[in-house]
Amino acid sequence: MRSDGSPSAPLGLKIAAACGLLFLHLPILLIFIYAFTTEEKSFVWPPPGLTTQWFAVTWNRPDVWQALSLSVRVAAISTLVALVLGTLCAAAVSRTQFFGRETISLLVILPIALPGIITGIALRSAFSLAEIPFSFWTIVLGHATFCVVVVYNNAVARFRRTSGSMIEASMDLGADGFQTFRYVVLPNIATALLAGGMLAFALSFDEVIVTTFTAGQQQTLPIWMLEELIRPRQRPVTNVVAMVVVLVTLLPILLAYYLTRDGDQIAGSGK
Amino acid sequence: MTSAVSFQKVSRHFGSVRAVDMVDLDIVPGEFFAMLGPSGSGKTTCLRLIAGFEQPTSGSISIFGERAEGVPPYRRNVNTVFQDYALFPHLNVLDNVAYGLMVKGVGKLERQKAAEEALSLVRLPGYGARRPGQLSGGQRQRVALARALVNQPKVLLLDEPLGALDLKLRENMQEELKSLQKALGITFVFVTHDQGEALSMADRVAVFNDGRIMQIGTPEDIYQRPKTRFVADFVGSSNVLPPDFVQRYSGQHRWGSLRPESIRIGRAAKGDGVAARLVSTNYLGATTRLALDADGLRLHAIVPAGAKLPREGEAVMLTFNREHLHLMDEPA
Repeated sequence: MRSDGSPSAPLGLKIAAACGLLFLHLPILLIFIYAFTTEEKSFVWPPPGLTTQWFAVTWNRPDVWQALSLSVRVAAISTLVALVLGTLCAAAVSRTQFFGRETISLLVILPIALPGIITGIALRSAFSLAEIPFSFWTIVLGHATFCVVVVYNNAVARFRRTSGSMIEASMDLGADGFQTFRYVVLPNIATALLAGGMLAFALSFDEVIVTTFTAGQQQTLPIWMLEELIRPRQRPVTNVVAMVVVLVTLLPILLAYYLTRDGDQIAGSGK
Repeated sequence: MTSAVSFQKVSRHFGSVRAVDMVDLDIVPGEFFAMLGPSGSGKTTCLRLIAGFEQPTSGSISIFGERAEGVPPYRRNVNTVFQDYALFPHLNVLDNVAYGLMVKGVGKLERQKAAEEALSLVRLPGYGARRPGQLSGGQRQRVALARALVNQPKVLLLDEPLGALDLKLRENMQEELKSLQKALGITFVFVTHDQGEALSMADRVAVFNDGRIMQIGTPEDIYQRPKTRFVADFVGSSNVLPPDFVQRYSGQHRWGSLRPESIRIGRAAKGDGVAARLVSTNYLGATTRLALDADGLRLHAIVPAGAKLPREGEAVMLTFNREHLHLMDEPA
C-alpha cells in the first residue's frame, strides 16, 4: 500500500480529469448564463447584453406556475406512495422468509433498470386497455414505479443493518405492533426513508419520458420546458426555470447523500 | 402450589425438525432455573415459548396458572434479557430502561424515577444520559437487565446472557445475577450451554438434548447422579463406562459413569486396578487433566496440580472408590 502521504497524480491525468469535469459542467453553466441574456429569440454567444428582467417575466407567466405546481404535486404524491409501498415491501423482504422472496425483490427493482420508454409504453397501453383516462393520477402512477425502487433500496439496506431482536425486545417489553413500529422501527429507518424520499422526489420532479406517455394534456415542468424550446419567444424564461429545477433537485439529493453517509453506526451494534 | 412456568407435553416443530419434543417441565416460583444443553438442543426454543415469540405446535404452557398459548409477548408478565442485549440504539440508556413503562403509559417523571432505580440496582447509577453505543459489553448487559427488571416481571428469561463477556466479567456477573435473584425473589429462567455456569448459579438444572429434557435436578443430582450417558458426558465430561467394564466392578451389567477427579493414578502392576497407559497430559492451572487408554477404553482423570505424574506413554494402574462408580438408568 502506498496510500501513505497520498502520492500526487501525474500532470497529464490531472488535466484530463479537469477537462472531463469541465465537459460535464460547462454546459450547465451556459444554461445559467443564458438566463441573463438580452436576446430572446435564439441563444447567441456571447450574450449581447445582460439583464435580470427574465426573472420577473417568468414570475408573471401563469403557464410556468401551472407546470411547476403540477410537478410538485406529482412528485409529492408519488413520493408518498413510494414511501408507504417501498417500506412495506422492504420490511416483508428483509424480515420474513417466504417462497419467491428473491424474485419479488428483483421484480421491485426492475422498473429502474428498464429504459423509461419501455415503462412508458407499457403503462400507456395498460391504461388504454383498462380504459383509464389520462389524468394527474396516471402521471403519479407512472412516477411511483421508479420512486418505489429508490425508497425500497434505501429501506432494505437499513433493515438489514437493524438487529431483528430489537423488535422482539420491544414486544417483550409490552409494546404492541403499532407501538413497536412507532417507537423502534420508524426511528431506526427514518433517515433511510428521508434519503429515499428525497431521491424519489428529485427523480419524479425532472422525469420526462414516462411522463410523456402517461400525461394527457397536462404539462409537468420538464415537459413544459421541452415544448418551450420549440417556441421562439421569451427563450430565457426556460433558462430561468432550468436554474430553479437544478436547485430544487440538487439540494434534496445532496441532503440525501449526507444523511445516508453517516448512518453506518446506527443499528445492530448491540454485540 | 402453582408453578411459575408449567409445560405439559409441549412440542414445537419447524417443518420436520422437532426443536422441542414432548417436554414436561415445572418451574417453582422464586427459583433460579437453568436450561442447559448444546446448541440446537431446544433450550432456546423453550425460552422463546415462555416469552411468547414461539407458539407450541402441541401441548400446553401456563405461566403462574394462566394459559399462555395464543397470548402475544406484549401481554405476558415475562421479560427477556436477549443474547445480543437488543438495546435500542436511538434511545439513551434511561429511555431504554424506561421503555416498558413508557409503552404502558406511565408518566414521564414516574418512569424516569423507576428507571434510575433500576439502573442503581444493576450498579449503573448516573449512566442514563449515555447512548448504548458508548457502553462496554458488560455495561450493556446490565442495561438490558435493568430494562427487563423495571417492569417487575413474574419471570425473567435470560438467553445466554453471559456468552459475550470475557471470563473475569462473566464470573462477576454470575455472582451478581445470583444475589440479585435472591434479593428480588423473581423466578429466573436461564439458558446456557456452559455447564459450569448452570451448576454454579442454578437451584435446578434441566439438561436438554435433541429437543427433549434428559434430566431435571439440583446441580448435585445432575453432576453426581447423571441418569444417562449424555448427561454424564455433557455435564462435567464424566467418563462413560460400557456395561462390560462396569460388571467387573459392580456386578451389574449396566452403563456407568465415573468422575475424572475420582480416578487415582498408581504405579503399574501394583494391587488390583485398571491397567492403562498415559496418552497425554493437559496442564489446566489448578489441576492437570490426563488422557488414559485402558485397553481401548479412553478415560480421563483430573489430578491436583503438583502431583507427581508418570511420563506420557508409561503404563499406570488406575484405582477408584467403588462408591464413586455411578450406575445409570438408561443406556441412551
